Amino acid sequence: MTRPKPIRIAVLDYGAANMVSITKALVAVGAEPVVAAEPAAMAGVDALVVPGVGAAAAAMDHLRNQGLIEPVRDWVRAGKPCLGICLGLQLFFDCSDEGDAPTLGLLAGRNLALLDAPTLPHIGWNSINLDRAHPLFDGIPDGSYFYFVHSFAPAPEDRSVIVAHTTHGRPFVSAVAWGSLYGLQFHPEKSSDAGLRVLSNFVALVDASASFTAGPAAEVA
Amino acid sequence: MLARRVIPCLDVDKGRVVKGTKFLNLTDEGDPAELAERYAREGADEIVFLDITAAHERRGTMLEIVRRTASRAFVPLTVGGGVRSVDEMRDVLRAGADKVSFNTAAVAEPTLLTACAERFGSQAVVCAIDARRLPLEAVVDGAATAEQRWEVVTHGGRRPTDLDAVSWAMKAVELGAGELLVTSMDRDGTRSGFDTELLAAIATRVPVPVIASGGAAGPADFVTAVREGKADAVLAASIFHRRMHSIADVKAAMAAAGLPVRQIEESGA
Repeated sequence: MTRPKPIRIAVLDYGAANMVSITKALVAVGAEPVVAAEPAAMAGVDALVVPGVGAAAAAMDHLRNQGLIEPVRDWVRAGKPCLGICLGLQLFFDCSDEGDAPTLGLLAGRNLALLDAPTLPHIGWNSINLDRAHPLFDGIPDGSYFYFVHSFAPAPEDRSVIVAHTTHGRPFVSAVAWGSLYGLQFHPEKSSDAGLRVLSNFVALVDASASFTAGPAAEVA
Repeated sequence: MLARRVIPCLDVDKGRVVKGTKFLNLTDEGDPAELAERYAREGADEIVFLDITAAHERRGTMLEIVRRTASRAFVPLTVGGGVRSVDEMRDVLRAGADKVSFNTAAVAEPTLLTACAERFGSQAVVCAIDARRLPLEAVVDGAATAEQRWEVVTHGGRRPTDLDAVSWAMKAVELGAGELLVTSMDRDGTRSGFDTELLAAIATRVPVPVIASGGAAGPADFVTAVREGKADAVLAASIFHRRMHSIADVKAAMAAAGLPVRQIEESGA
């Protein structure tokens, strides 16, 4: 089954992120990215991507100034597909120890520094260990390498949201999924074929939910 | 476990990839974006572009190369050469690069490293150090020395600085560099192996990753750069451009030596 139109994905532009790479990677997997610097740009899209590089508090300030915090919360609470990348994933949780910043509070838990890491930031290609099968990782062998650049990682209170972990010093959570909310601590847009495969899987999930949720919002409460 | 990186380096002059020996005798090796895409497909962990002329009027050419590459090669990109300010670094990052490497500009104005690290994070700031061996007993930093020393050279190897390479490396990290790209000018393009003494002298004294550069002849040299040179990543140019060795050959040798590397599938996709 082919869709008449490509999947349209709003990529939140709030200053810090590497917009070029994520938008080009979405194009490479057949989606149509829409750069969204204000809530109006989210109208009519099928999914949301929250990218991010930098500090949590600064990112929240940008989102607040652009009036994006409540629209993003409403989007996720309505059960619509949303992918957070790196800092974008961390923003889904309650707060970050990085500057004691309160974050979006969509998932219970806080972001902690990778205290036992031999080097920080954690930069480079590291392998992921899948804790459970998930369609986001279809076709990705356990132990595949992805590109990381970060110093903090989320500690979810609900362990059932964890999809994968990675070890740098000690294990940390490198992928989560809860309903239509997905988060990756690594950068799929910089992770070559494996990264594009994850983005392609995300687009397929969006496609499936777009056909499925033509009526009322899905079961995610 | 973090993988040891294999990094092809593209020296860019007037929009073309070139390669020389000891920084001279340049030959044309192809289109930068096309080569970068090929390397990404073949398993390169990162791509480094060095603008070797770095003439001000050609900055747009490099930005265009980065834009073209970032839309087709989904691996980290580092750009060096001719970036002299925070604003110029911002332009390069906006074009799709992940890191910027500073060489001559950092020696001339060391606080540039700090300003850029404060703005974009130290993970995006690379200090490139070109070094050449000094005769034993040479006078460095005003004092004679009995041990092996290396001098920093700038302006593409044309200008000696009287700076000790190891001291400069440590200072660059203090100032904000999150990574060091260490090139042996004596070995550059000679395919006589990396200067592992230089690499180890620096890598054992700084807490940030060191990229080994200058002298790769074959896969065994990559293993030696990591084992003896304590490098976190290994960079090479001509052996890849001229297809003398593939990235897969190099990674196979590193894996066989017990080093963690990101292997790619042999799908050819």
